[in-house]
Amino acid sequence: MLEKALKGGQKYWSLLLGLAILSGIGFACFMLQLNQGLRITGMSRDVSWGFYIAQFTFLVGVAASAVMVVLPYYLHHVKEFGRITILGEFLAVSAVTMCLLFIVVDLGQPMRLLNVLLHPTPNSILFWDMVVLNGYLFLNAVIGWTVLSAERKEMPPPKWVKPLIYVSIPWAVSIHTVTAFLYAGLPGRHFWLTAIMAARFLASAFASGPSLLILLSFLIRKRTNFDPGTAAIEKLSKIVTYAMITSVFFLLLEVFTAFYSKIPGHMHGFIYQFAGYEGHAELVPFMWLSVILSVTALILLIPPQFRNNEKLLKIACITVFFGLYLEKGVGLVVTGFIPNVFDKVTPYIPTVPELAITLGVWATGFLIMAILYKVAIGVKEEIRA
Amino acid sequence: MEKDRREFLKIGGISVLGLSALPVFQALAQEKGPRYKPDPKALKGAQWAMIVDMKKCWEQQDKRQCRDCILACHKIHNVPDIPDQKREIKWIWLEEYKHAFPDQAHEYAPEKVKENPFMLLCNHCSNPPCVRVCPTKATFKRKPDGIVMMDFHRCIGCRYCMAGCPYGARSFNWGDPRPYLKPEDINMTYPTRRKGVVEKCTFCYERIDEGLQPACVEACKVKALIFGDITNPNSEVRKILSGHYSLRRKIELGTGPNVYYLI
Amino acid sequence: MYDAKKIVPGILIFVVLFTFPLWSNMGKAAPAPKPELPKTEKVCVMDTAYMKTEHMVLLNQWRDLVVRDANRLWVGPDGKEHFMSLQNSCMKCHSSKVKFCDQCHNYAGVKPYCWQCHIEPKENM
Repeated sequence: MLEKALKGGQKYWSLLLGLAILSGIGFACFMLQLNQGLRITGMSRDVSWGFYIAQFTFLVGVAASAVMVVLPYYLHHVKEFGRITILGEFLAVSAVTMCLLFIVVDLGQPMRLLNVLLHPTPNSILFWDMVVLNGYLFLNAVIGWTVLSAERKEMPPPKWVKPLIYVSIPWAVSIHTVTAFLYAGLPGRHFWLTAIMAARFLASAFASGPSLLILLSFLIRKRTNFDPGTAAIEKLSKIVTYAMITSVFFLLLEVFTAFYSKIPGHMHGFIYQFAGYEGHAELVPFMWLSVILSVTALILLIPPQFRNNEKLLKIACITVFFGLYLEKGVGLVVTGFIPNVFDKVTPYIPTVPELAITLGVWATGFLIMAILYKVAIGVKEEIRA
Repeated sequence: MEKDRREFLKIGGISVLGLSALPVFQALAQEKGPRYKPDPKALKGAQWAMIVDMKKCWEQQDKRQCRDCILACHKIHNVPDIPDQKREIKWIWLEEYKHAFPDQAHEYAPEKVKENPFMLLCNHCSNPPCVRVCPTKATFKRKPDGIVMMDFHRCIGCRYCMAGCPYGARSFNWGDPRPYLKPEDINMTYPTRRKGVVEKCTFCYERIDEGLQPACVEACKVKALIFGDITNPNSEVRKILSGHYSLRRKIELGTGPNVYYLI
Repeated sequence: MYDAKKIVPGILIFVVLFTFPLWSNMGKAAPAPKPELPKTEKVCVMDTAYMKTEHMVLLNQWRDLVVRDANRLWVGPDGKEHFMSLQNSCMKCHSSKVKFCDQCHNYAGVKPYCWQCHIEPKENM
């Protein structure tokens, strides 16, 4: 089936080339980082996790969202999703790959990575994150590829795939739950120490992932002979709407607890994000932009007549994706370290090589996604022809 | 024919396995009786703890800007002197009252307390979050004496422990630490660290295991640092604690810090 | 054969590249390493044959014994007790990294990362 990825027009090849160049630049910067150490990043003693781990956290959500097409299709026989489950699964594959790469580039000693397997430590949440992320990558790659191969032969998928599909549903929930536990179990990091962290992560994941999937579906419909189907997009947009409402609601719950209880540690993170704390306001514009984007998203999503208008839906999906990206991929991780355990503020600003490595990992993920989508669409077009 | 080939492969495979295991057998055959043991001089305790008598410490700070313990610790352990505060490495260091005790500091405290810095180090917690989160057991709690240890050989540099520690006791080597050590000051009997690993105070396990007190305790001329076994009712630390009111940092987090402060 | 014109030269180029290390070093045998042994001591912490092949295994074992299990002393084959320490025991007898460690390591092309943390003795050359 992979041969489908080798036949494409000029636009396809220039897309691949562009992505390959970006990931090449990122790789070169990673070589620099291997040589110099993480001092080439903006991270510090006080903000010891930065952009890499934030991207990882956001992308776990995107990966988990595959379940939003798989679950309705396989458990509730929502036929409309039959055409796009493969898109969800391949999106998950590329997103999890990015997650794993972001963890690797964040390590101080990446050569010792396998110590995690050599000395398995079940009390560490990071150990479990390694288990669930790799498992999820494996499940989606195997399921996606097998179902697509069967579809190409116009046969029902082999029986052994069914159990894997059923396992992949709770597994998707587990990757984001475990990732939330990375943060939610740490004493002394008040901004993260919240029991609804996992619920917040899942809600935002089920909004950001499917909104990306909608945008990709529009793109595919425009550029190829494969139509993911208006009905599927409509169903997905409903999922995005409810998930986005839930996500914003959960965030407001945090704000209430912090500001009604008036416990300083719980308020400081939000104050730093939205007003600035002790003279530091690095995140303020980004966080307000996130609020504006999220509110716009809700306005465009909630009334059905807006949501069912394709132009508005596209804008809504972009606002959802970037609004949540700013909240999780920019704000959440860094704010956990601000103020630090001494109630002091050390600001964090990523450096150019750090951003280049980040972009390189994103490009690698999208390169994988472009190739997998090319294969999937090639098969779909072949069946139709 | 078919069967012969199968037999051949089977025997061949087993032989290769056996040959490759030979060095292991040889090594095992050499192991007669215990070949290793602790130093009989090693200090013994069930949970080491430290008392920092700030009154004595402040007197020395006032008198001669005393930094004896910091200098001794950092010299013995080859702790680099990195000028950039965002990247510095600290095993034992000074911190103002409101930053050391952000949860209990208040503006009406005595001037002396507010103005003079406290001596901070790893608390060697009874219930350490850093150990709980470490994915490789590179940081672990030594069972016999409760030291929160660092195995620099094993650390992968994920910095989860730094997120987990509520005391800011952990430092990461953002780059190679060696350029920040003065060649003439290097302690040739203790290693340095390399880039990409986390480090912190180890209560001088290497000295305790040879029967010596921690370097900072030994360096303090006025006995402002007292080290001992908190589980032993006859130890000096216990006697002092039963006679004085003491403070610990962030006890509400349940980590069970084992460094006590007298003021 | 399809595309024989492409395949045959391709295979040839591959074989030439693959065997590059062999023919580029042909006839130039590197001299066998001669690590300098200490003059003062005759017996190491294990017998020589074991140390030659397994010293890295032993060092790994030592680091766990010392760092993780609070052991300090090692009993040698002659019953003598040794302090388990690369810097403070091994390098006390084998006092030159260049004349001892590097001899074989350079020959075998291995670069142990011991010395990124452990400090090598000053060379008296």
